[in-house]
Amino acid sequence: MLLVLIGIITGIISGMGIGGGTVLIPVLLFCTGVSQHTAQATNLAAFIPSALAALYIHIRNKRVKLRLAMLLLTGGIAGALLGSFAADSVQADVLGRIFGFFLLVMGIYELFRK
Amino acid sequence: MKKICHNAKILVLGAVIGLCNGLFGAGGGIVAVSSMVYLLGLSEHDAHATAISVILPLAVISAFIYFRSGHLDLDILAPVALGEVIGAIAGAWLLKYTSSVLLRRIFAMFIIFAALRMIF
Repeated sequence: MLLVLIGIITGIISGMGIGGGTVLIPVLLFCTGVSQHTAQATNLAAFIPSALAALYIHIRNKRVKLRLAMLLLTGGIAGALLGSFAADSVQADVLGRIFGFFLLVMGIYELFRK
Repeated sequence: MKKICHNAKILVLGAVIGLCNGLFGAGGGIVAVSSMVYLLGLSEHDAHATAISVILPLAVISAFIYFRSGHLDLDILAPVALGEVIGAIAGAWLLKYTSSVLLRRIFAMFIIFAALRMIF
């Protein structure tokens, strides 16, 4: 039940376009006993169904810039492979700390963004 | 030449987005939307739509790699994913009634707190 509730809160935040994963991962870490890697994996996989629904609406509204998306995706696949294998090869506590720094940058950026 | 340069920039940007998303399991969307708005001049709405079309396949790839490495726990994933779908619908509806500026500030403060707790 707690997990469903955590999902609902994350869903509301990401549905409002603010960024869900950066909330879901620390909340999962603080409120449940999952590891850094599992928290990250959960966010990646849980994003898929709601993203499919959102993408369907965006495509219908012709908002997706297809050529740009294809180029970004080409570079993105290389980055995703590198990042995911790198994450797997790092210890959970080290990954958690690197994640913390990334989160700090995101937080400061969001705070001062218009 | 200018076009090649521009395309190369986008490829590198894509790689950075994929790297963040894969390494941290999150954050690729924020990087994607911000860079498309500030570096490429897209409207916020178009940037959001394009970001999802890029992040979705990247998340599938990364989730698969995490799954293969044994990091994915279905007992955790199923309830969270269910909650997220409910929440996403509620969030899209709530967007019409509340200002996202206040929420954004609360969100920023929360993740700074979380970040400091994780670093120290």
